[in-house]
Amino acid sequence: MVELATSKAEFQRALEERHGAELQKKFSNSTVAVCGLGGLGSNIAVALARAGIGKLILIDFDRVEITNLNRQQYKAGQIGCYKTDALSENIAEIAPYITLEVHNVRLSEKNIEVYLKNTDVICEAFDDPECKAMLVNTVLENLPDKYLVAASGMAGLGSANAIRTRRVSGKFYLCGDGESDVTDGTGLISTRVMLCAAHQAHTALRIISGEFEA
Amino acid sequence: MVMVNGESLDVAGKTVAEYLKTANYDPRRVAVERNGKIVPKAKYSETVIEDGDNIEVVIFVGGG
Repeated sequence: MVELATSKAEFQRALEERHGAELQKKFSNSTVAVCGLGGLGSNIAVALARAGIGKLILIDFDRVEITNLNRQQYKAGQIGCYKTDALSENIAEIAPYITLEVHNVRLSEKNIEVYLKNTDVICEAFDDPECKAMLVNTVLENLPDKYLVAASGMAGLGSANAIRTRRVSGKFYLCGDGESDVTDGTGLISTRVMLCAAHQAHTALRIISGEFEA
Repeated sequence: MVMVNGESLDVAGKTVAEYLKTANYDPRRVAVERNGKIVPKAKYSETVIEDGDNIEVVIFVGGG
């Protein structure tokens, strides 16, 4: 644990100064679950931690690889570490008073309800399209009271402006361009993945603030 | 007529499974909403699309 010269009250005051006390109270009292801690998830988590979200639930089973560093919020010295451990360390340096609940597991139809039942907003941040669909279908079927912010289509060097947020229905939002597949060629570029992650994190913050349009 | 992803299509009478197949969607990579409600995957082959329905097929591509 890093020794802190700055108190929890000082952090809270700084956030209130930036966001206003009323909005910050909503952020501080909220929980967001981030499912998958890769290019999307690690960037979503860092953005939400900086914004002063009270609690993050971080879920992944993978370890940091050298090929992740082009876009994910890890450091060279963390190669080989579990992403849950590495991201917890990094977030603790940024936002030391956030509450983190970490699960080093692979989410499936069978355990999604167990890990996601106590969150306000769920961010889908997987890379595999079948896993994305599995999570979205399971949440919409079994946890219909949760807000769900998913992503599809952020690979390549296409226009930044093609990344958008759409409210598909009710509590289900989808970010991305909807079509740029990682298998199409260029792969995942930090900026476009971060744009999509920012859309997801921003949508989560808007929902928490009480603003429900995309 | 049926609205599918904002486009008016003549697919009434087909099941969701049949529609996905004819439109070349991989059922493992989609979520389907019918009139704002999720169609459970287990019910794709028994859910018949009706005239006036609003269908959203959300397609997931790789990358994250």
